[in-house]
Order: sequence, then structure tokens, then C-alpha cells
Amino acid sequence: MHPAVRKWLPRTEPFIVEGIALAGSLCVFSVFLLAVGSQPLGVFGDMLDGAFGSSFSIQNTLTRAAPLMLTALCTVLPARVGLVVIGNEGALLLGGLGAVVAARVTAGLPPEAVMLAMLLVGGLTGGLWITTCGLLRQKRGVNETISSLLLYYIALAVFLWLVEGPLRDPSSLNKPATYPVGQDNMLASIPGTDVHLGLLFGVAACVLSYVLTHHTTFGFGSRVAGGNSRTALMMGLPLSRYVIVLCMLGGAAAGLAGVVEVSAIHETANASLNAGLGFAGILVAFVARQHPLAVIPVAILIGGIEASGGLLQRRHDLPDATVDVFQGILFVMILGCETLFGKFPGLRPEAPPPPKPAAPRGAGGTPEHSEALLSSEPSTGLV
Amino acid sequence: MSSNSRFLSRRHLLTQVAPATAAAAFGFGCTKKSDSAKPTVDEPKKDEPASAKKDDTLTIGFIYVGPRDDYGYNQAHAEGAKALSAMPGIKVLEEEKVAETMDVQRTMESMINMDGASVIFPTSYGYFDPHVLKLAEKFPKATFLHCGGLYDATKHPTNVGSYFGYIDEVQYLNGIVAGYTSKTKKLGFIAAKPIPQVLRNINAFTLGAQSVNPDITTTVVFTGDWSLPVKEADSANSLIDQGIDVLTMHVDSPKAIVQTAETRGVFSVGYHTSQAKLAPKGYLTGAEWNWSVVYEKYAKQLKEGAKWEHLVRGGLKDGFVKQSPFGAAVGDDAQTAVAKVRSEMMGAGFAIFKGPLSDNKGAEVIPAGTTHVQTDPKLEAMGYLVKGVIGSTGT
Repeated sequence: MHPAVRKWLPRTEPFIVEGIALAGSLCVFSVFLLAVGSQPLGVFGDMLDGAFGSSFSIQNTLTRAAPLMLTALCTVLPARVGLVVIGNEGALLLGGLGAVVAARVTAGLPPEAVMLAMLLVGGLTGGLWITTCGLLRQKRGVNETISSLLLYYIALAVFLWLVEGPLRDPSSLNKPATYPVGQDNMLASIPGTDVHLGLLFGVAACVLSYVLTHHTTFGFGSRVAGGNSRTALMMGLPLSRYVIVLCMLGGAAAGLAGVVEVSAIHETANASLNAGLGFAGILVAFVARQHPLAVIPVAILIGGIEASGGLLQRRHDLPDATVDVFQGILFVMILGCETLFGKFPGLRPEAPPPPKPAAPRGAGGTPEHSEALLSSEPSTGLV
Repeated sequence: MSSNSRFLSRRHLLTQVAPATAAAAFGFGCTKKSDSAKPTVDEPKKDEPASAKKDDTLTIGFIYVGPRDDYGYNQAHAEGAKALSAMPGIKVLEEEKVAETMDVQRTMESMINMDGASVIFPTSYGYFDPHVLKLAEKFPKATFLHCGGLYDATKHPTNVGSYFGYIDEVQYLNGIVAGYTSKTKKLGFIAAKPIPQVLRNINAFTLGAQSVNPDITTTVVFTGDWSLPVKEADSANSLIDQGIDVLTMHVDSPKAIVQTAETRGVFSVGYHTSQAKLAPKGYLTGAEWNWSVVYEKYAKQLKEGAKWEHLVRGGLKDGFVKQSPFGAAVGDDAQTAVAKVRSEMMGAGFAIFKGPLSDNKGAEVIPAGTTHVQTDPKLEAMGYLVKGVIGSTGT
């Protein structure tokens, strides 16, 4: 067999597995649609139309995808070192608030300076918020999943108190909001489109995260630590530093999502910022299997599904929850199809003898996944 | 700790799959680059709303912030939309649970671009600024009629209008009913946020009850957001524990509160639409919207190309609002008193808010001799709770 084929054939495995997951999801979803009395093919056609069918649809999809890329990183980056952070929404809220405060303080400076201040302060606020979870875990042994969720409720309470109290613009009568950041300081659209620059921030953040986690010693070390923290400590790896830096960066990404929401859409910080973008980011992160680059297409996919939701309601008289049902089916299918990895022997002809007896289930078995080797605990189905 | 690290390691491994994943496999990864470079939504063809289409069907889009069967705010609007869809030559589009974010901008745009809507009713207050204002500039030929906003010709585009109803008139009548029915003379009011529209309702309800007995108090709980059913039910229980025997509310869906009141055996007064079905025993009455009056008027004017008003307001007299039919527990004395005040409201000269009126901190908010008629914009910026209300606006 040609060496190139040997090299690339195994890499088609995820595409095949995900293809099966998608096909399976569509089948299950068809049954659901038939049960509620709709024509599956018509619905799929309109979903495609609503998500990617026209230049408007595509821009709609991309606009929805942009904040998801940023909030997803808040789960993805800490996951590299083994943390499951789900407090993305809290970092987003405080990031948005930070942007407004920064804009107030720097009011009068050139728009570029104000924007820079908003990005810095918003990112820093979100970052510090999630860092709290990392610190609580490293110093006090508090489970980061629970603490980040609870910190979201605290963030929401602080946010609402500030928006409806000290930071409130008295002229915002029936919808309490902070003072606006100013029309001049708003984030522009990508030239020639209606998609704001937040999309570029999202893509850039994903690419930079990928470089950090996959092409630096820091990234490698953090993956080792994520694979097995005791081994990492034994090897002298700075576990706490990994946790803090990755929490900081993840939180900063979610904070940036808040900055983008404020500076590209709302112009003020108000309760509408609490719209679930952070929680949707968790879904994106898990579907992307905590891979920073995969976040980009997954966010676009989820953005597309959400963009198509309106058409389903209007043209097929389906309830709003329809797209949630589809997302749910897709999520379960993708996670379920994880077990299919390694079940296609034809894809790995003449594989070099593995250095370990068996690649762990779910690791994909591809040679670059060296943490399988580093883990002293081959995951044998123990949970 | 050891079981913990095992868990982490396994979970971590689970997440590590070959670089190109899920969605890349669906082939969407490659669409991105080329599409973001594609020009524009500003192609003139797309910008043109459906009014330019040949057949003269008027396509009207309704956007709701919550589910349209919520026994509350959104259902009231959906009932109005349903009345419109029965009119000839009108096509109604509906979309529910649209967030007050970029979502609503895209929904409006999509209704115009993809489904040919030329009139949009974004029914939630939070849609107005910046979302409706932005879209109105982008689609000058479409008409945007917004619920709750205060249209200002000096600031807002000419293709925007705003409408609202003086539902505080019905709240006042409901207060009379509550005042007659309550035995403990303690009323409860569960509200989302201390904003002018809400404060006006609380005050009107309290003033109505105090017109029966000046010693009656209304205890207010602010839940913090428009749709928090669990918190609303908790608040209802705690108010009932304090001896309150008539509960009313200003939240998006009164369902949880009315049901809690019924279970606990106290009276409830509904809001937005009728919740009588949910509480056959305890439901006294309610303040309901009657949006079909507003919508049919707008639709007729727009269809004929006639002039329409930018700022529409109306109360009982105009039929914008109505009172739910009385429940069994409402006595004859209450009904007579309500009928008397209602007939005064239908005429001229009745004002709910007139001096001397002091707030619950003892400060005078309306001096003696001053009367605020319903159309007074001052009432739309109300920031106080009247004497007899137990609670705080938080500022």
C-alpha cells in the first residue's frame, strides 16, 4: 500500500464515524418529525435553506456561531488539563459588564483605544472569574464543575444588581441597562458582510488555542497532566500553573464573547446578555471533543441548526423546541458513536505494532495521541 | 483523590479524538471561508419587502419572547395574531421563544427576506432598542410595530410605531375586587422587576383596594426576571405563609402563581390573559389584554395604505384591555362597586393617579390638586410604590 494512503486512511475514521452519527441522527429525527405529522424531507430542505441556503442564511449562521466559538473555548481549554468547566455563561456576563465599565472609563479616547480597553478588561474579568474555579480546585479541592456552575449564579446576581443598581442608566425605563458604550465604539462588521468581527475573534481564538495546546511544550505538558495528574506531579510538571493558565485563557475567551455581544449588538449590558450562549458553548465543546480547531465547524453547525429554527416554526408550524430535539439527538448520537472508533479494521492496514497492548477506547487510536502512552491507568471502562 | 484522578483521566481520554471531528465530517468546515467573503445582504432585491409583490396579501410577522401558550404575556399576543389570521388577505407568520439578542434581528430579517413579511410585530419590550431600531433603518419599506415602547418622532425612524394599553385601569378594578374579597386585608403582588410598567400596576391595584378600605396593604416580591416559575411559586408560598389571601402578579406567565394559590386555598387575580381554567375555585378576576382590537386596526390601515399612528395607547374605553369574568367568590357588593368605577372610567374625568399621593417612604409624589390623566407620559416613567405597599423599588 502506498505510504500516503497508509498515512491518511486512518484519518478518515472520524469522518466516517461522524457521518454515521449524523445519518443516525437524521433517521431518529425523521421518526420524531413523522410522529408530529411533518414531512422529514421538507423539513430537512428548509433546515438546509435556513442554515446555508442563501447568503443571508449563511451570515445568519455565522453570526450565531461567533459567540459559540468563544464560549466553547471556556470548556475546551480547561478540559486539556482534565477539568470540566461549565460556568461559561458567568464569564460571558461579567466580560460584558467589564466591557461597559472599560468603555465608560476610557470614554473620549479614540474608538480603537476604547475597543482595546473593552477587550482587555472584558477578557480579564472573564478570565479571573474562571480562574477562581481553577484555584478553588487546586488549593481547596473544590470540584470545578460544581463551583463554576455556582459561580455562574453568583455572576448573574452580581450582574443584575449592577445593571439594575449602581451602573444603571436612568433613562432605561422598562428595560434596565447600563450606560451605552457609544455608537462610535461599536464593533464593525466584516467588510462586505453583515457578520460582526466577533467571528474573526472566535476563529482566531480557536486557532491560537490549537497552537497552544497541540504545538507547544506547555500544551503537551498540560495534556500529560490532564491524562494523569499524579504522574504529572511525579514528573515535576507544574500542574497548578497549567490549571490556572488554561482557566484564565478559557475564561478570557468567554469574557470576550461578552465583550462582542455588548460591543457588536446590545451597546449596553442588560439582562438580554444572559441568553444561554455560554451554556450552548458547553454543547459545542463536547461535540467538538474538546479540540480547539473542531470547535469552529461545530459552532457553525450548531449556529446553522439554530438559524434554521425560525423557518421550521414558520413554514412547518413546528414548536420552537424542535431544534432543541434535533440538537439533543445529534449530541447523544455523536457521543454514542464514540464506541465505533477502532471498529473499522480496514482503515488501519499494516498499522505499526502499537507500543502498548491496546489503544484505549475513545482515544481514536491514532498515533499522535501519545497521552494514551502516558496514562498509567489505561481506561478500562472504569468510570 | 485517587478515584477522582481516575475519573479525570478517563474523561480526558474520551475527549481526545483525531483532530478533524464531527462537523468537519459534515462538510461544513469548508463553507466558511468562501461564504464570509461573499457580498452582502444588501442586494436590492432582498431589501424589498413583500408589499412590492404582485398579489396583495399582507404578510405580518409576530415574534414572541416566550412560548405562545404560556397562559400569559405571549399567549395574549398570540390570541391577537390568531384574530388577524382570520382576516381575508392577511398571512400571519409566528415565531416563539426568540431571545432579545441578535436572534430577534435575524428573525425579523428572515421574516422579511425569506417569507416576504412587510409588517413585523416584535411583541417584547426588550426587542425595541437596539434591535427594532436597527432593522427599521435597514428595511425602510417594512413597518415595525412594537409593543410597549414610547415612540419618539425626534429619535425614531418613521417606519416604526409603538402601542400599549392602560392595563392599570383594570388593575384598579381588580384591586376593588381584592379589597372586598380579602379577609386578612393583606394582598400579595409577585412581580418581575421594579420598572415603571410594573410599578404602575402595583400602585393601581393597591389604590383600587384602598378605595374599599384605606388600611389594606399589598406586599410585593420582585423575582428578578420575567419567567422564573420556581421562584414565583416559592414567593407565592411565602406570601401565603404571611397571611396574604389574595395574590396577583406581573410576570410573563402567571400559571405557577395561580396554581400555587389554588392549591393553598387562597384567591388569585390573573394577568395578561385569563387563568380561570387553572383555578376554578380561587380565581376572582384578572387584567387581560385584548390585542386583537389593536392588531385588526393596524392591519386594516396598512392594507388600505392609510395613515397609521406612531404612538397608540388605549385603555378600557378603547377596548385594548378587559377584565376577566368574575369568579364565584366575588360578592355582589364588589361587583356593584366595580361597575360604578368602570362606568366612570368609560366616561371622562376619572384618574387613578391624583394628588395628594405619597409613596411608601412618606414622600409626596403627587401634590394635592395635581391629576395625572392616563396619557400623561410621566406615568410611563413611574419610579415609586404608593403608601400601603410593603416592598422596595431597590433604588
